[in-house]
Amino acid sequence: MNAVPQPQAQTESRVLVCDGNEAAAWAVALARVDMVAVYPITPQSSLVEYLAKFVADGRLNAEIVDVEGEHSVLSVLQGAALAGARTYTGTCGPGLAFMFEPYLRTPGLRLPIVMSIVTRDTLTPQSVWGGHQDAMSVRETGWIQLYCESVQEVLDTTIMAYRIAEHRNVMLPVNVCHDGNYLSFGAARVELPAPAEVDRFLPPPAVHWHAALDPERPMAVDPLTGGAGGPGPAMFVRYRKGHCAAMQNALSVIESVHADWHRIIGRRHPALVEPYRMEGADFALVTIGSMSGAAKDAVDAARERGLAVGLVRVKTYRPFPVQALVRALDGVRAIGVVDRSVSFGWNCGPLYQDVLTALQSAAARPATLSFIGGLAGADLTIGHFERAIALTRAQAREGRSGGVIWLNEEDR
Amino acid sequence: MYELRIHGRGGQGAVLAGSILAAALVHEGHFVVAVPSFGFERRGAPVTSFLRMDSREIRQMTNIYRPDCVLCIDPTVGRAVNIFDGLRERGTWIQTTAKPVTELQVPELVATVGLLDAVPIARELFGRPITNTLMLGAFARTTGLVSLAALREAVRESEFRDAGLQQNLLALERGFAATVVHHFERRVAA
Repeated sequence: MNAVPQPQAQTESRVLVCDGNEAAAWAVALARVDMVAVYPITPQSSLVEYLAKFVADGRLNAEIVDVEGEHSVLSVLQGAALAGARTYTGTCGPGLAFMFEPYLRTPGLRLPIVMSIVTRDTLTPQSVWGGHQDAMSVRETGWIQLYCESVQEVLDTTIMAYRIAEHRNVMLPVNVCHDGNYLSFGAARVELPAPAEVDRFLPPPAVHWHAALDPERPMAVDPLTGGAGGPGPAMFVRYRKGHCAAMQNALSVIESVHADWHRIIGRRHPALVEPYRMEGADFALVTIGSMSGAAKDAVDAARERGLAVGLVRVKTYRPFPVQALVRALDGVRAIGVVDRSVSFGWNCGPLYQDVLTALQSAAARPATLSFIGGLAGADLTIGHFERAIALTRAQAREGRSGGVIWLNEEDR
Repeated sequence: MYELRIHGRGGQGAVLAGSILAAALVHEGHFVVAVPSFGFERRGAPVTSFLRMDSREIRQMTNIYRPDCVLCIDPTVGRAVNIFDGLRERGTWIQTTAKPVTELQVPELVATVGLLDAVPIARELFGRPITNTLMLGAFARTTGLVSLAALREAVRESEFRDAGLQQNLLALERGFAATVVHHFERRVAA
């Protein structure tokens, strides 16, 4: 790279108004990422446009690699990460589908790649709008998945993701998920932290050479492992168990990284789950992503009407924070889980299914109800959450479980 | 909470207008979120964007269904979509039009109308009917909710693909100066 322009001097924290895509790009610049790979699709997402601009302006001293498709995007980043670089890309929907093969390979290689999923509903019916179906469809592939509620949280979480991914006890790729449309293009007041403070929070990557290429210690990456007989089966199990252990290690790392962010940068975000007005709650909604803002407003209004309702937002979705969720929901008689995607196998929302499973370790058996809404760009308003609160309250009274409510079914 | 809906057509900068206004209002100490509506916004197709302002942090990232104000930056998009849908009682309507107020059908629930013939000024300034910054001037004049100084600052921070900074700064001034505001005394709803 020749004639790299000097980074423009931003020394203080400052306030700006930007959308979630620009916020993610600022995070990448502040994280001093070394390499970004993208497929130069037309029209390009504004996230990648901002990254290209930051590199051209000298704000981000990274190499951007334009490749011929998303499959190559992640393959390029695997090579860069194996060489010790800090790497980033963003994708969604069909792009995520097209990178599926290297996507599966990345966590097994234990590469700390950070990738935004600007969540989008999947085809088909043909759709270009937001929804969680793309990210939810890859929930069991061994990546860490964090879901953001606000533009500020997109910025802060994308930086924190590197500390989580690169932690020696984790060494796994992280998806920072922000809702297509409502967060990707929704603009809000955002505080941009001072670069020196981010540097203090996030030092240059500590390369873990057991998982990176070192000319001094040549090794083969990802040789054939497994099969029946010989050392293969035990070796394969060892890798799988190590991956599972790293996912569980991530829970406490995510918490300590969020605590460090609060200590150094001064902003507090929930790490695993966010209990909201759960004191004395008789029943609760469980939400994920940007819908949570309107849901909290609906909870406030319901509390003013005297309803004992609370809310728990799931921030860390993979690994699933079983204990934190069960603790947050302790004592409620009914739970309404609001998903922005569909579990076809279980005829409910996928988060609902996770909550049901987590409740197996709870002492009590609250009534549960699955809400599905906000598919393919549909809006989830305070009115939709008022309905979810009323129906969950009825479940609490009747002690019944089951059923799926499609919240946008009667939108006009 | 104050809610604004901006109507325009693809290519006029309705979404960018929302971002500029959001930045200007943040400069003045408000909390703001601006959310565009989504689709394949081709040039000429109806486009909507939404803006919420409050004195405290705004959590809901949703569209707007009951706006306090409708800002319409295109003279004809009102024929394609109902720009008054959900407008609140005693709401504000800001419209680019060549017509005088006497030739417009002002709905009963509108209490304040701001009119600006923005297209000829846009042609003069930009050589094309890009009306967004002119109509932000009209918004400032009609509502008094944002200062020209804050709008200027926000425009300076914006990046215009198709037009220059100086032209847009001038457009703010011209839009502000040429807007005519009408107030209507309406029957109080029973």
